[in-house]
Amino acid sequence: MADTYITEDIRKWLDVERDVMVSPPISESDIRKWAIAVYWPETPPKKYWDAEYARTSRWGGIVAPEEFNPFAWPIERQETVRLGGDIGKEPGKRVLNGGSEAHYYTPMRPGDVIRSGTKLVEVYEKTGRLGIMMFLINETTWTNQNGEAVKVDRKTNIRY
Amino acid sequence: MGDAAVYWEDYEIGDDIPTFERKTDMMHWNRYAAVNDEFVYIHMDADYAKSTGQPDVFGMGNLRLAYLHNMLRNWIGEAGDIKRLGCQYRALNFREDVLTARGRITNKYEEDGNHLLDLDIWVENQKGENTCPGTATVCLPSRQT
Repeated sequence: MADTYITEDIRKWLDVERDVMVSPPISESDIRKWAIAVYWPETPPKKYWDAEYARTSRWGGIVAPEEFNPFAWPIERQETVRLGGDIGKEPGKRVLNGGSEAHYYTPMRPGDVIRSGTKLVEVYEKTGRLGIMMFLINETTWTNQNGEAVKVDRKTNIRY
Repeated sequence: MGDAAVYWEDYEIGDDIPTFERKTDMMHWNRYAAVNDEFVYIHMDADYAKSTGQPDVFGMGNLRLAYLHNMLRNWIGEAGDIKRLGCQYRALNFREDVLTARGRITNKYEEDGNHLLDLDIWVENQKGENTCPGTATVCLPSRQT
Protein backbone atom coordinates (compact mmCIF):
# COMPACT_ATOMS: atom_id res chain seq x y z
CA MET A 1 0.00 0.00 0.00
CA ALA A 2 1.20 3.50 -0.80
CA ASP A 3 2.35 5.61 2.16
CA THR A 4 0.68 8.68 0.69
CA TYR A 5 -2.12 9.38 -1.78
CA ILE A 6 -0.92 12.92 -2.44
CA THR A 7 0.72 12.45 -5.81
CA GLU A 8 2.62 14.99 -7.90
CA ASP A 9 -0.38 15.05 -10.22
CA ILE A 10 -2.61 16.18 -7.35
CA ARG A 11 -0.08 18.78 -6.13
CA LYS A 12 0.17 20.35 -9.55
CA TRP A 13 -3.54 21.26 -9.35
CA LEU A 14 -3.07 23.32 -6.16
CA ASP A 15 -4.39 26.87 -6.79
CA VAL A 16 -4.95 26.13 -10.49
CA GLU A 17 -8.41 27.01 -11.78
CA ARG A 18 -10.14 24.09 -13.49
CA ASP A 19 -13.63 22.90 -14.51
CA VAL A 20 -14.65 26.36 -15.76
CA MET A 21 -18.33 26.50 -16.75
CA VAL A 22 -20.62 29.28 -17.93
CA SER A 23 -24.34 28.89 -17.31
CA PRO A 24 -27.10 29.68 -19.77
CA PRO A 25 -28.97 32.87 -18.80
CA ILE A 26 -31.16 32.25 -15.76
CA SER A 27 -34.87 32.60 -16.55
CA GLU A 28 -37.76 33.59 -14.27
CA SER A 29 -39.28 30.19 -14.95
CA ASP A 30 -36.12 28.37 -13.82
CA ILE A 31 -36.35 30.19 -10.50
CA ARG A 32 -40.11 29.64 -10.15
CA LYS A 33 -39.82 25.90 -10.75
CA TRP A 34 -36.85 25.56 -8.37
CA ALA A 35 -38.80 27.37 -5.64
CA ILE A 36 -41.88 25.17 -6.18
CA ALA A 37 -39.73 22.03 -5.94
CA VAL A 38 -37.88 22.94 -2.75
CA TYR A 39 -40.95 24.31 -0.92
CA TRP A 40 -43.30 21.55 -2.18
CA PRO A 41 -46.19 21.18 -1.30
CA GLU A 42 -46.30 24.71 0.17
CA THR A 43 -46.60 27.80 -2.06
CA PRO A 44 -43.09 29.29 -2.28
CA PRO A 45 -42.36 32.89 -1.21
CA LYS A 46 -43.57 35.52 -3.69
CA LYS A 47 -40.12 37.03 -4.18
CA TYR A 48 -39.24 33.94 -6.27
CA TRP A 49 -42.17 34.10 -8.74
CA ASP A 50 -44.25 37.30 -8.51
CA ALA A 51 -42.42 39.98 -10.54
CA GLU A 52 -44.76 42.76 -9.47
CA TYR A 53 -44.38 41.93 -5.80
CA ALA A 54 -40.62 41.47 -6.17
CA ARG A 55 -40.26 44.95 -7.73
CA THR A 56 -41.39 46.48 -4.45
CA SER A 57 -39.04 44.31 -2.37
CA ARG A 58 -35.55 45.36 -1.23
CA TRP A 59 -34.09 43.52 -4.24
CA GLY A 60 -36.19 45.43 -6.78
CA GLY A 61 -36.98 42.25 -8.71
CA ILE A 62 -37.10 38.47 -8.61
CA VAL A 63 -34.06 36.77 -7.05
CA ALA A 64 -33.15 33.10 -6.92
CA PRO A 65 -33.00 31.03 -3.72
CA GLU A 66 -29.41 30.93 -2.44
CA GLU A 67 -29.00 27.22 -3.27
CA PHE A 68 -30.35 27.58 -6.85
CA ASN A 69 -28.26 25.74 -9.45
CA PRO A 70 -28.03 27.58 -12.81
CA PHE A 71 -25.86 24.78 -14.24
CA ALA A 72 -28.60 22.13 -14.23
CA TRP A 73 -29.59 20.71 -17.64
CA PRO A 74 -26.42 21.25 -19.71
CA ILE A 75 -26.62 20.36 -23.41
CA GLU A 76 -23.33 18.51 -23.12
CA ARG A 77 -21.98 16.99 -19.93
CA GLN A 78 -18.58 18.49 -19.24
CA GLU A 79 -15.84 16.14 -18.11
CA THR A 80 -14.48 17.32 -14.78
CA VAL A 81 -11.00 16.66 -13.44
CA ARG A 82 -11.18 13.81 -10.89
CA LEU A 83 -8.30 14.38 -8.48
CA GLY A 84 -6.99 11.03 -7.30
CA GLY A 85 -8.16 9.22 -10.44
CA ASP A 86 -11.09 6.88 -10.92
CA ILE A 87 -13.25 5.75 -8.02
CA GLY A 88 -13.00 2.09 -7.03
CA LYS A 89 -13.02 -0.33 -4.11
CA GLU A 90 -9.25 -0.40 -3.52
CA PRO A 91 -7.44 1.77 -0.93
CA GLY A 92 -7.06 5.33 -2.20
CA LYS A 93 -9.91 4.89 -4.68
CA ARG A 94 -12.70 4.91 -2.12
CA VAL A 95 -14.43 8.24 -1.58
CA LEU A 96 -16.45 9.98 1.11
CA ASN A 97 -18.29 13.26 0.84
CA GLY A 98 -16.87 15.39 3.65
CA GLY A 99 -19.51 18.08 3.29
CA SER A 100 -19.55 21.61 1.96
CA GLU A 101 -19.78 25.18 3.13
CA ALA A 102 -21.07 28.04 0.98
CA HIS A 103 -20.62 31.79 1.45
CA TYR A 104 -23.24 33.88 -0.32
CA TYR A 105 -22.79 37.36 -1.78
CA THR A 106 -24.81 39.02 -4.60
CA PRO A 107 -28.06 37.12 -5.28
CA MET A 108 -28.74 35.52 -8.67
CA ARG A 109 -31.45 37.16 -10.80
CA PRO A 110 -33.26 36.41 -14.06
CA GLY A 111 -30.94 37.18 -16.99
CA ASP A 112 -27.76 36.45 -15.02
CA VAL A 113 -25.06 34.35 -16.65
CA ILE A 114 -23.00 32.64 -13.99
CA ARG A 115 -19.36 31.60 -14.39
CA SER A 116 -18.01 28.82 -12.20
CA GLY A 117 -14.38 27.94 -11.60
CA THR A 118 -12.91 25.43 -9.15
CA LYS A 119 -9.52 25.31 -7.43
CA LEU A 120 -7.90 22.80 -5.15
CA VAL A 121 -6.98 25.05 -2.21
CA GLU A 122 -5.72 22.52 0.33
CA VAL A 123 -4.73 18.87 0.51
CA TYR A 124 -3.65 16.93 3.60
CA GLU A 125 -3.71 13.44 5.07
CA LYS A 126 -4.60 11.85 8.38
CA THR A 127 -4.19 8.25 9.42
CA GLY A 128 -7.12 6.68 11.20
CA ARG A 129 -9.09 3.50 11.61
CA LEU A 130 -9.57 3.26 7.83
CA GLY A 131 -5.86 3.79 7.12
CA ILE A 132 -4.59 6.84 5.26
CA MET A 133 -7.28 9.38 4.53
CA MET A 134 -6.62 12.18 2.06
CA PHE A 135 -8.67 15.36 2.40
CA LEU A 136 -9.06 17.42 -0.77
CA ILE A 137 -10.49 20.90 -0.18
CA ASN A 138 -11.89 22.37 -3.40
CA GLU A 139 -13.22 25.91 -3.67
CA THR A 140 -15.77 26.72 -6.37
CA THR A 141 -16.37 30.41 -7.09
CA TRP A 142 -19.42 31.69 -8.94
CA THR A 143 -19.43 35.19 -10.44
CA ASN A 144 -22.12 36.93 -12.48
CA GLN A 145 -21.80 38.74 -15.83
CA ASN A 146 -20.78 41.93 -13.99
CA GLY A 147 -17.89 40.16 -12.29
CA GLU A 148 -19.64 40.26 -8.90
CA ALA A 149 -19.11 37.33 -6.55
CA VAL A 150 -22.28 35.24 -6.10
CA LYS A 151 -21.08 32.29 -4.08
CA VAL A 152 -17.92 30.59 -2.87
CA ASP A 153 -18.42 26.93 -2.00
CA ARG A 154 -15.76 24.89 -0.18
CA LYS A 155 -16.23 21.16 -0.58
CA THR A 156 -14.28 18.46 1.23
CA ASN A 157 -13.69 15.22 -0.63
CA ILE A 158 -12.11 12.34 1.24
CA ARG A 159 -10.17 9.46 -0.33
CA TYR A 160 -9.18 6.42 1.70
CA MET B 1 -42.76 37.28 5.86
CA GLY B 2 -41.27 40.64 5.07
CA ASP B 3 -43.51 42.74 7.32
CA ALA B 4 -42.93 40.77 10.50
CA ALA B 5 -39.19 41.43 10.56
CA VAL B 6 -37.09 39.64 13.14
CA TYR B 7 -34.36 41.69 14.79
CA TRP B 8 -30.89 40.76 15.90
CA GLU B 9 -31.55 42.11 19.41
CA ASP B 10 -34.40 39.62 19.90
CA TYR B 11 -32.12 36.56 19.94
CA GLU B 12 -29.58 35.18 22.36
CA ILE B 13 -27.05 32.38 22.30
CA GLY B 14 -28.84 29.10 23.01
CA ASP B 15 -32.17 30.14 21.44
CA ASP B 16 -33.86 27.68 19.09
CA ILE B 17 -35.32 29.03 15.84
CA PRO B 18 -38.60 27.89 14.19
CA THR B 19 -38.32 24.48 12.54
CA PHE B 20 -39.12 23.47 8.95
CA GLU B 21 -40.75 20.07 8.53
CA ARG B 22 -41.46 17.81 5.56
CA LYS B 23 -42.62 14.21 5.22
CA THR B 24 -40.77 13.31 2.04
CA ASP B 25 -41.39 10.81 -0.74
CA MET B 26 -41.20 10.53 -4.53
CA MET B 27 -43.41 13.62 -5.01
CA HIS B 28 -40.73 15.78 -3.42
CA TRP B 29 -37.73 13.92 -4.86
CA ASN B 30 -39.00 13.77 -8.45
CA ARG B 31 -39.78 17.47 -8.45
CA TYR B 32 -36.30 18.20 -7.11
CA ALA B 33 -34.72 15.85 -9.67
CA ALA B 34 -36.59 17.74 -12.39
CA VAL B 35 -35.21 21.16 -11.45
CA ASN B 36 -31.70 20.04 -10.51
CA ASP B 37 -31.38 17.49 -13.35
CA GLU B 38 -30.60 14.91 -10.68
CA PHE B 39 -31.90 11.70 -12.21
CA VAL B 40 -29.89 9.05 -10.44
CA TYR B 41 -31.04 5.40 -10.16
CA ILE B 42 -30.50 5.21 -6.38
CA HIS B 43 -33.06 8.03 -6.01
CA MET B 44 -35.62 6.74 -8.53
CA ASP B 45 -35.55 2.97 -8.93
CA ALA B 46 -36.16 0.77 -5.89
CA ASP B 47 -34.93 -2.40 -7.68
CA TYR B 48 -31.65 -0.69 -8.47
CA ALA B 49 -31.28 0.72 -4.94
CA LYS B 50 -31.85 -2.78 -3.48
CA SER B 51 -29.23 -4.23 -5.83
CA THR B 52 -26.68 -1.90 -4.22
CA GLY B 53 -27.58 -3.13 -0.72
CA GLN B 54 -29.90 -0.29 0.29
CA PRO B 55 -33.38 -1.14 1.64
CA ASP B 56 -35.07 1.27 -0.80
CA VAL B 57 -34.60 4.43 -2.86
CA PHE B 58 -33.55 7.49 -0.87
CA GLY B 59 -33.77 11.25 -1.24
CA MET B 60 -31.20 13.72 -2.51
CA GLY B 61 -28.79 15.32 -0.05
CA ASN B 62 -29.21 18.56 -1.98
CA LEU B 63 -32.92 18.66 -1.13
CA ARG B 64 -32.09 18.49 2.59
CA LEU B 65 -29.64 21.33 1.96
CA ALA B 66 -32.55 23.29 0.45
CA TYR B 67 -34.71 22.50 3.53
CA LEU B 68 -32.01 24.00 5.77
CA HIS B 69 -32.11 27.15 3.61
CA ASN B 70 -35.94 27.18 3.76
CA MET B 71 -35.85 27.00 7.55
CA LEU B 72 -33.50 29.99 7.76
CA ARG B 73 -35.40 32.00 5.12
CA ASN B 74 -38.80 31.41 6.77
CA TRP B 75 -37.34 32.61 10.05
CA ILE B 76 -35.32 35.68 8.97
CA GLY B 77 -37.87 36.93 6.43
CA GLU B 78 -36.98 39.34 3.66
CA ALA B 79 -34.96 41.74 5.78
CA GLY B 80 -32.35 39.13 6.70
CA ASP B 81 -29.66 37.38 4.67
CA ILE B 82 -28.05 33.96 4.79
CA LYS B 83 -24.32 34.73 4.69
CA ARG B 84 -22.96 31.21 5.07
CA LEU B 85 -24.30 27.67 5.23
CA GLY B 86 -22.47 24.36 5.44
CA CYS B 87 -23.42 20.78 6.24
CA GLN B 88 -22.39 17.14 6.09
CA TYR B 89 -24.52 14.12 5.22
CA ARG B 90 -24.53 11.46 7.94
CA ALA B 91 -27.66 9.36 7.26
CA LEU B 92 -29.95 8.69 4.32
CA ASN B 93 -33.48 10.05 3.82
CA PHE B 94 -35.89 7.19 3.06
CA ARG B 95 -39.49 7.28 1.82
CA GLU B 96 -42.04 8.65 4.31
CA ASP B 97 -39.33 9.96 6.61
CA VAL B 98 -40.46 12.99 8.56
CA LEU B 99 -37.57 15.45 8.31
CA THR B 100 -37.31 18.38 10.69
CA ALA B 101 -34.76 21.09 10.00
CA ARG B 102 -33.66 22.71 13.27
CA GLY B 103 -31.35 25.52 14.31
CA ARG B 104 -29.85 26.86 17.54
CA ILE B 105 -27.93 30.11 17.96
CA THR B 106 -24.30 29.63 18.99
CA ASN B 107 -22.84 33.13 18.61
CA LYS B 108 -24.05 36.74 18.40
CA TYR B 109 -21.73 39.51 17.21
CA GLU B 110 -21.21 42.59 15.06
CA GLU B 111 -18.74 42.68 12.20
CA ASP B 112 -18.18 45.46 9.65
CA GLY B 113 -21.50 47.03 10.66
CA ASN B 114 -23.40 43.75 10.16
CA HIS B 115 -25.44 42.20 12.96
CA LEU B 116 -24.70 38.50 12.77
CA LEU B 117 -25.79 35.26 14.38
CA ASP B 118 -24.02 31.91 14.03
CA LEU B 119 -26.09 28.76 14.33
CA ASP B 120 -25.80 25.03 14.58
CA ILE B 121 -28.28 23.65 12.07
CA TRP B 122 -29.32 20.10 11.37
CA VAL B 123 -31.97 17.85 9.83
CA GLU B 124 -33.48 15.27 12.16
CA ASN B 125 -35.61 12.32 11.11
CA GLN B 126 -38.59 10.84 12.99
CA LYS B 127 -36.21 8.55 14.94
CA GLY B 128 -34.40 11.60 16.29
CA GLU B 129 -31.29 10.85 14.20
CA ASN B 130 -29.23 13.84 13.10
CA THR B 131 -28.98 13.10 9.36
CA CYS B 132 -27.28 16.31 8.35
CA PRO B 133 -25.33 18.43 10.88
CA GLY B 134 -24.14 21.87 9.81
CA THR B 135 -23.54 25.48 10.71
CA ALA B 136 -24.73 28.80 9.30
CA THR B 137 -24.37 32.55 9.70
CA VAL B 138 -27.25 34.97 9.14
CA CYS B 139 -27.34 38.77 9.05
CA LEU B 140 -30.40 40.37 10.65
CA PRO B 141 -31.63 43.96 10.80
CA SER B 142 -30.88 45.79 14.04
CA ARG B 143 -33.36 47.94 15.96
CA GLN B 144 -30.61 50.55 16.23
CA THR B 145 -30.17 51.12 12.48
